[in-house]
Amino acid sequence: MDQSNQAQTAAVDVSPTRRAFYIGFINGVMGLVGLALAAPAAIYLLFPPKLRKEAQWVKTSDLSTIPTGTPTEIAFERQRVDGWKVTNEKATAWIVKKPNNDVVAFVPQCTHLGCAYHWDDPSHTFICPCHTSVFSIDGQVLSGPAPRPLDRYLTQVEGGKLKLGPVVESHA
Amino acid sequence: MRTIIDWLEHRTGIESAVKNFLYEDIPASAGWHQIIGSMAVFFFVIQVFTGALLAFNYAPTPGEAYNSVKYIMTELTGGPLIRGLHHWGASMMLIIVVLHMIQVFIYGAYKKPREATWMVGVTLLLITLAFGLTGYLLPWDNRAYWGTVVTTQIASQAPLAGPYLLRLLGSQGAVGNVTFSRFYALHTVLLPPLTIILIGIHIYLVRKHGVAAAPGDTAPKRKFFPEQVFKDTVGVAVAFIILFIMAVVAKVPLERLADPTDTAYIPRPEWYFLFLFQTLKFFKGPLEMVGSVVLPGVAVLTLFLIPFIDRGPMIRLGKRTFAITFVLLAAIAWTGLTTAAVVTTPKNQESADDTETPATETPEAAPASTTAAAPTANPESQNPSAVPAAPALAAWRRLNPEELAGLGIFKKQGCLGCHPGAGQKGIGPDLTRIPANHRKVPWLVLHFKNPSEIVPGSVMPPVDLPAADLNALSLFVLTLTPQNEAALLTAPAFATQGAMVYQTNHCNACHQIHGTGSTLAPALDGVGLRHDRAWLEKHFADPASVSKDSIMPPYKFMPMDLDAICQYLLQLPKRA
Repeated sequence: MDQSNQAQTAAVDVSPTRRAFYIGFINGVMGLVGLALAAPAAIYLLFPPKLRKEAQWVKTSDLSTIPTGTPTEIAFERQRVDGWKVTNEKATAWIVKKPNNDVVAFVPQCTHLGCAYHWDDPSHTFICPCHTSVFSIDGQVLSGPAPRPLDRYLTQVEGGKLKLGPVVESHA
Repeated sequence: MRTIIDWLEHRTGIESAVKNFLYEDIPASAGWHQIIGSMAVFFFVIQVFTGALLAFNYAPTPGEAYNSVKYIMTELTGGPLIRGLHHWGASMMLIIVVLHMIQVFIYGAYKKPREATWMVGVTLLLITLAFGLTGYLLPWDNRAYWGTVVTTQIASQAPLAGPYLLRLLGSQGAVGNVTFSRFYALHTVLLPPLTIILIGIHIYLVRKHGVAAAPGDTAPKRKFFPEQVFKDTVGVAVAFIILFIMAVVAKVPLERLADPTDTAYIPRPEWYFLFLFQTLKFFKGPLEMVGSVVLPGVAVLTLFLIPFIDRGPMIRLGKRTFAITFVLLAAIAWTGLTTAAVVTTPKNQESADDTETPATETPEAAPASTTAAAPTANPESQNPSAVPAAPALAAWRRLNPEELAGLGIFKKQGCLGCHPGAGQKGIGPDLTRIPANHRKVPWLVLHFKNPSEIVPGSVMPPVDLPAADLNALSLFVLTLTPQNEAALLTAPAFATQGAMVYQTNHCNACHQIHGTGSTLAPALDGVGLRHDRAWLEKHFADPASVSKDSIMPPYKFMPMDLDAICQYLLQLPKRA
């Protein structure tokens, strides 16, 4: 191995050109190794999972049970792909039924920071308790820090039942 | 940049510390043979890094571990690569640690004053093995489960300490939640910091005593940086390239979910434990303890005490014939035992592909002809449009009412959306090729109730139906074959609807069709040859009015249901 007599003549330090080569090699190779670890790690953490399931429609309440004109919060069960699991979870929506039976279903989170808002009957507005964003009955921002109107679920009525579909984000 | 470094140096002394570390004096005889220690440290860093990444998407409970590993392997981009690096990295780390030890051993570098360095090193080898042992359980597949059952049973054979060890490993009753949590805690919480501390002590001791020089090396010393670091880097790069290729090319096993009832499974440890596995076979009965505890114990103790057994001064490598012979003999023995273990243990039949994968890949072809109802040689099943009056029967007429009702449920539930039939690409797997071990009604029913729990990674939504319907659905699915599927799916609506009405009204409690049901009342096969529609309708409304002494209660159906069940019954073929 490396215990030949040739080592005896080696200087305490290597020549400057060799030294530069060594340092360049060390930095270059270690940089490449770091990159070969960091790039897959970034992809692994940042790329979304290969979801194979479209958001689906869920049946909720009978439309006839929802009062006309007053926003009503309804609860329903839905399935959600959560990591390695499909979970059944309870979700809610604020439903506004118009006299002509048109239905709007709002996602129950404020568009500012996701707090749960509520319907305030006296002022006839949706009010978010966190940072006092105020929305009108059609979801428009009246005041407060909310950046855009309330998000909505797509809706369908089938056999008198209200069905909720994917969420449509509103635009500012 | 310089000012930042100067500032840091002034406040922390970091620059001089790093320089002090890098510009250590090493003997002129140091060289390529001493790069393995650095490589071992590098592999430990890789294991920590990839292990942390895996932990970000891993659920450490027996209930979910397998699902989350499957999720990493199938859903996450780069997931298989990260797991591959961790899995193969573990094996390579062990190889490198052992090579490092062999190098130190044959050079005699453990001699005075380096005894403590050696003993810390032996401890690190044992920790590396403990990492392998505990990590083996974490995917919670059959391999992991059964391997750990054997390991914990071996631990229980230890004299005196056995029962306590077993309690400590949480596997007194069986390997389950407690064992799993303890292995996970050891693997991720206890062992990594312990390793870091011991590596620190190990390196400190190496620095304290200096790198061992060859005997008679009086040449002026050299610096560790950059020449030796360059050599270390070459070693690291070569090993890393091998690891990366392994992680990309070689498939990391993930077998079926751990199944304590799988009595056909042959447990097998990771390859580096196979020699122990084989040694065990030489000791029978009460002597088994010798192979499982005594011999390994003596070997580890001897390894620890080597510096005190071999106390002579360091001599030239060429003169250490005893050490070299010893290593060679050990290597031959290890290879022999490992080969014997591989050769004598029959292969397990299963593989990860055995599970129903929700992706489009089809499971290995299962014997589809084992199904109950439809003989595959049915000439007319290749011809779905055959008229029912033809001598060969329409496929649906070969099903019993429950199976036919299952077909109705199948269509009603929209199963076709994901399982469109053989030969067509759907989200779900081809139902005519369900693996043999899933061709059971109880399995299918459990699976319908909660698909993702039974088939990890499945995106199929739960089928929320009464037990009787799930049973019917399962029975129907089991009748599917590549030959009859298309014909079955074209069964007329009156037939499936009629069968569903027949099932919901429990007609089979008294009647029999196609050999299933009770014989309390007349069998209904070929009832259309004996009666007509008007008779049937009258009979349903008031059985006694057309059939004297009938004890059948009257049935009032919705018009649609009445139509369906009458048509269905009238079309029933006479039994051969």
